[in-house]
Amino acid sequence: MEQVVFFYFALVIAAASVLVVALRNPIYSALALLIMFFHVAGLYVTLHAEFLAAVQIIVYAGAILVLYLFVVMLLNLRQDDRYHRQWPMAGIVGATLVIEAIILTVMKGWTSPVVATGTETTVGATTNAGAIGDVLYSTYLFPFEVASLILLVAMIGAIMLAKKDIGEC
Amino acid sequence: MVPISYYLILSGIVFLIGFVGVLLRRNIIIILLSVELMLNATNINFVAFSQYFHDVAGQVFVFFALTVAAAEVAVGLAIIIALYRAKSAINIDEFQLLKW
Repeated sequence: MEQVVFFYFALVIAAASVLVVALRNPIYSALALLIMFFHVAGLYVTLHAEFLAAVQIIVYAGAILVLYLFVVMLLNLRQDDRYHRQWPMAGIVGATLVIEAIILTVMKGWTSPVVATGTETTVGATTNAGAIGDVLYSTYLFPFEVASLILLVAMIGAIMLAKKDIGEC
Repeated sequence: MVPISYYLILSGIVFLIGFVGVLLRRNIIIILLSVELMLNATNINFVAFSQYFHDVAGQVFVFFALTVAAAEVAVGLAIIIALYRAKSAINIDEFQLLKW
C-alpha cells in the first residue's frame, strides 16, 4: 500500500517536472510546478514530516508560485517558440549525468540498509512540529536568526532592484 | 516501507529534469522555475534521510533551504523585472553583453 502511494506521488512529480520544462507557455509551466509542489507535500506526509508538508503548501504553493504567476502576468510574455540554441549541449550533459547515475548505481549495487545512528533529538516532543520546534529553537537557534537576516536582505534587495530609479528619493 | 533508494532515484530524476531545464530554456522565468525543481529534489532527499535516520535535523535543514528559496525568488524576480525594463525582453539570448 505504501509503495502504491509512493509510486503515485513519484509518477506525478516526475511527469509534472517534465511538463514544467517542456511546456511553452510560462503560465502552464507555473501551474505544472504547482501540481508538483502539492505532490511533494503529499510525499512529505507519507514520510511523517507533516509540518514541512504544511510549510511546503503555504510557502511554496501559496507565496512563491503566486509571485511567479504575478510576474508572468505582469510582463505579458509571448510564448517561447523554440528552445535555446545550446540544446545539444543540454542533451549531452543530461545524458552524461544519467549514465553516471546508472554506473554509480550498478557499481555500488543495492547496499544493505545502514543502521540508523541518528542522534535522538526528539526529546519529549510527541508531534512532528513540536520536535522541529524543540530543535530549531535550541540547537539551530543561530542559523534561525541568520535566516531571518537573509530574508531581510532579500526584501531590501528586491525593493532596491525593482524600484524605478535608484538615484531619486 | 519504501526503500530509501527509491527516494534517491526520484530525487535524482527531478534534479536532472531541472538541470536540463536550466540549460534548455530561453525564458528566464522558466529557468528560475527549474532552479525551484532542483531545490525541491534536494529537499525530498533531506526529508527521506531524516525519516530514515529518525533525526529531525534534516527537516530543519529543509526549513532553512525553504527560507533561502523564498529569498532567491524575491531577488530573482526583481532582477527579471529590472531586465525587462532595460530591454523589454526576458529571453536570455538578448542579454549577451559579457559574451565575446
